[in-house]
Amino acid sequence: MNLLSQAGHQLPDAFRKLDPRHLWRAPVMFLVLLGSVATTVAAVGDPSVFTISIAAWLWLTVLFGNLAEAVAEGRGKAQAASLRATRTDTVARRLAPDGTETEVAATQLKVGDRVVVEAGEVVPGDGDIVEGIASVDESAITGESAPVIREAGGDRSAVTGGTRVLSDRIVVRITAAAGDTFLDKMIALVEGTSRRKTPNEIALSILLASLTLVFLAAVATLAPMATYAGAPQDLVVLVALLVCLIPTTIGALLSAIGIAGMDRLVRVNVLAMSGRAVEAAGDVSTLLLDKTGTITYGNRQASRFVAAPGVSEEELRDTARLASLADQTPEGRSVVELALTQGADDRLLPAGATFVEFTAQTRMSGVDLADGTQVRKGAGSAVAQWLGIDQPPEVRDVVEEVSREGGTPLVIGRTDASGSGAVLGVIHLKDVVKDGMVARFAELRAMGIRTVMITGDNALTAQAIAAEAGVDDFLAEATPEDKMAYIRREQEGGRLVAMTGDGTNDAPALAAADVGVAMNSGTAAAKEAGNMVDLDSDPTKLIDVVEIGKQLLITRGALTTFSIANDVAKYFAIIPAMFVTAYPSLDRLNVMGLSSPESAILSAVVFNALVIVALIPLALRGVRFRAASATSVLRRNILVFGVGGLVVPFVGIKLVDLIVSTLPGLGS
Amino acid sequence: MSDATSGLLTIAVLVALLAAAYVPLGDYMARVLTSTRHLRVERTVYRLTGVDPAAEQGARSYATSVVGFSLVSVVVLMAILLGQAHLPMSRDLPGMPWWMSFNTAVSFVTNTNWQSYAGESTLGFAAQMAGLAVQNFLSAAVGIAVAVALLRGFTKSRSGTLGNFWVDLTRATVRILLPLAFVAALLLVLGGVVQSFTDTTITTLAGHSQVLTGGPVASQESIKELGNNGGGFFNANSAHPFENPTALTNLLQVFLILVLPVALTRTLGTMLGNRRQGLAVLSVMGLLWSVSLAVTTWAEVGGHSAAARAAGAAMEGKETRFGEWASALFAVATTGTSTGAVNASHDSLTPAGGGAVLVNMMLGEVVPGGVGAGLYGILVMAILTVFVAGLMVGRTPELLGKKISARQMTYVALYTLTTPALVLVGTGAAIARGSTADAMGNPGGHGFSEVLYAYTSAANNNGSAFGGITVTSDFFQLTLGLAMLLGRLVPIVLVLLLAGSLAAQGKVPVTAGTLPTHTPLFVGMLVAVLVVMTGLTYFPALALGPIAEALT
Repeated sequence: MNLLSQAGHQLPDAFRKLDPRHLWRAPVMFLVLLGSVATTVAAVGDPSVFTISIAAWLWLTVLFGNLAEAVAEGRGKAQAASLRATRTDTVARRLAPDGTETEVAATQLKVGDRVVVEAGEVVPGDGDIVEGIASVDESAITGESAPVIREAGGDRSAVTGGTRVLSDRIVVRITAAAGDTFLDKMIALVEGTSRRKTPNEIALSILLASLTLVFLAAVATLAPMATYAGAPQDLVVLVALLVCLIPTTIGALLSAIGIAGMDRLVRVNVLAMSGRAVEAAGDVSTLLLDKTGTITYGNRQASRFVAAPGVSEEELRDTARLASLADQTPEGRSVVELALTQGADDRLLPAGATFVEFTAQTRMSGVDLADGTQVRKGAGSAVAQWLGIDQPPEVRDVVEEVSREGGTPLVIGRTDASGSGAVLGVIHLKDVVKDGMVARFAELRAMGIRTVMITGDNALTAQAIAAEAGVDDFLAEATPEDKMAYIRREQEGGRLVAMTGDGTNDAPALAAADVGVAMNSGTAAAKEAGNMVDLDSDPTKLIDVVEIGKQLLITRGALTTFSIANDVAKYFAIIPAMFVTAYPSLDRLNVMGLSSPESAILSAVVFNALVIVALIPLALRGVRFRAASATSVLRRNILVFGVGGLVVPFVGIKLVDLIVSTLPGLGS
Repeated sequence: MSDATSGLLTIAVLVALLAAAYVPLGDYMARVLTSTRHLRVERTVYRLTGVDPAAEQGARSYATSVVGFSLVSVVVLMAILLGQAHLPMSRDLPGMPWWMSFNTAVSFVTNTNWQSYAGESTLGFAAQMAGLAVQNFLSAAVGIAVAVALLRGFTKSRSGTLGNFWVDLTRATVRILLPLAFVAALLLVLGGVVQSFTDTTITTLAGHSQVLTGGPVASQESIKELGNNGGGFFNANSAHPFENPTALTNLLQVFLILVLPVALTRTLGTMLGNRRQGLAVLSVMGLLWSVSLAVTTWAEVGGHSAAARAAGAAMEGKETRFGEWASALFAVATTGTSTGAVNASHDSLTPAGGGAVLVNMMLGEVVPGGVGAGLYGILVMAILTVFVAGLMVGRTPELLGKKISARQMTYVALYTLTTPALVLVGTGAAIARGSTADAMGNPGGHGFSEVLYAYTSAANNNGSAFGGITVTSDFFQLTLGLAMLLGRLVPIVLVLLLAGSLAAQGKVPVTAGTLPTHTPLFVGMLVAVLVVMTGLTYFPALALGPIAEALT
């Protein structure tokens, strides 16, 4: 229903697109337009239900194609309008070198200008903060309402024009001239004004054009052949045959598919700077993923308790919880959570207890209870020193084992009022792999994509996490140069590489990667270097980007296959209808049992037009994509769109014929 | 032994012979075409022609060589045909007329061997041997050279060259065609094919005496079949008892027709280092060929036409010593390859049988296709298939590690456009002429089939004739000649440019996300693309000819 009302809105646009100068871009539809004109002229000269119907449905065919494109564009236009609304006539406070301020329109800012922005003001243009720190509301760009902190220096210094400073005062050095800002680019992108055909789209257009030429030759030469056979054909019939044969389905939907693909990316808050990048995403065979924040949650979490000899699991668990209750660090909270999931009760900290904070000197934190009991958790050596005893060998073994696996061991020690103390056990803290990542990597592997984890950790730690997450390879203690070298190596082997990045030092690698997704929170340099920007700054989204790229290509291929397969049934409708008078035996090809030659031809034309409408939702939504190997994806799509494309029109044309044949003069 | 038993046995022996030759011959050709060593005789050829065998050619240079060589060949052959009266051993025959010599020269240079003249009564031994037979070797060698250049497009990585045309041409002739043709000629002589320079005078049943022209038939015959040429020494071609005396020589000829195109798929597998790919390509060819043979045999043996039903069998236009089975087998082999030799009159085939052999050619000569031409033809269709189907796996298309982008698609699209355009425009133009109806041997749908067959045969470089139609008018000589010339050279140039653009690319590694092209699924897809594309292109024309007739 939603789509229907969108279609209603875009109808005027669909009519505007009848302009031959526009349709020329899609040769298949341009030919249909010529056919519509020709049949209309013929229908005026020889008006009949048949000729008028054919002419009308040919116009509808062109219109439906235009409608698909208009609806696809319409979605972006709505978004562009809301973006434009945020780009108000901002006044910039330009800072002269001597420190004086002058008010100028934001549109007059030049690269290198320095402007002051204070709480409540809108940032006049893209730039880097050179002075100060501020909280910024970026919801105009990202849709995310929580403010973010931006400060001078480092990787969080970039601000975007159109966002609003909520607190404090910053000085911004403008990095993009007016008209060339991120917001401008974004508007142009979602509106599709800068849309150009992508490489694969061009290749497909070439194929469609050649098919069209073959059919043009087949139909044009059919005229003398038909005359020889004693069944000369009217222009209307020949045009109808031609339109049914040329790949109108894919020809009409091709640009809508491309626009909708970009739109799907926009919906997950990723902006692709070119359609080329979206196609490349489908081809990616190596994904470089940052460990922290992408593969793991980014902070270490308690994963298990290992009790020392003679200490019960429960005692360790409860003591560890006690020691962490007042600890507000993520690690501390994770200990409390783990204890709860393992059956600890949720008692509050007893009265009179005091929290002992972690310091770099003690390397421990903990709690002192009113009864004189003291509990500490921290590095094994620190706790042992505090207790004044050696670590029990079993505990030392556990500590070493945890370290070897890339985790962090926290030893729990306790002294009672008498001063005698003991080591209770070890909390295993580790980098926890995000939920579902193992499964996603397995999916990616099935799709033939290698995942590579990039981390600053040492090789030992990296290996442990890589094994747990199920990535195919890892790059430990990675410097930007290492990343760059890795990308080059993969590309030399013919692989396409995708990566995410946010820092200025990521920029060269982002530029080198075939798909470089820059985080919106990152620096201007990073955003400039990448060919996509993730507004949510969520590196995990790289996987979505790959899937959307694949989905785009699949949709194109599926509808091309469907379009070509459809032709078989149309021949069985039209050819017997054309020549049954000359060669009565050809009636045996009329397998659908269509009522009369005229109704058969009209039914094929009507079906041909309706199938475009019926497939608009699929073109906009994209063919359902499941991560699987090429073979199984192919088998499914061949079945649905190849075999389906052969069978569906036989049924469809028959159904249309049942209705069309009730028109006066078209029945049997 | 019943006809069916002997027919099936013949097919079984044929398949067994092809299977036996597949590996050794295919691998031998791969070795010959990739070897870095030159034979002494080859070095002599290079020295005499001033060719540097070590020089590698880019796509443009390779294509220029092929086209230049072909055009020069046309001119030389035309000169021989026009001036045969001045050549020795010409049996006092006059030179060919101008347009006929153009048509014939183009025909033999393009590996078509369409014959608008009667062999034995038009050409002397000199023209047959120094003119036609030479082109029988060279045109087949050109096909192999172009196919191997395309294969190099796939095997090479970031390379600007495709090998050396002159070396490929020389090797294909000296090391592949000449020795095989020599052995084949001996076998044919053993089987009773004539090899002499004298005529035979016989007494006919009616008591008159008749002079039967003799000649160097066996040596012409072996390369005629082996090189998929098809131009007969005699007008009756392989139906003539001096060309094809027995069922055994008939089987041998069918084997010779098929052996090189079939074995070249092994060469492909070996050169690509991917034997299963070779088998997949062979499977596509084999599948279509089997269906075509089944349909033709069913139509001929069952006598599915009004005349045949009335007569009790479809023996009109067939040799009694071959019968329906061997005639159907020969017809399918000769049209599926670009041979065009015939041992029966295709005009007299039943409508369904005639339609099937017509479709064989319309498929683009890929079941299994002409020597070399079948291989590059099917590879181009494979690219078309991966382009459509490859998208459906969610990647931009690639074949054998090479990306298929706009540039490659342009060449492929033009390739697939060329032949159908020549066939359809040629047929359409001819049928629009009032005088064409007079040239036809039959009225109505069958007459139309004769014209359609002629242009299909010419543009696809097959060369077989449906017969019936008289094609000696200047219009037919010229238009069919152009169809042959363009149908040969335009696709070759496109294939070579395609090969060049592939060779220039790096290789994309195979992953689980790659569309595998050696599986039964892909074989099925390629078959479907071939059938659907051919069907869509030619269905209207076929409906007005064979289909309308067959359904009657």
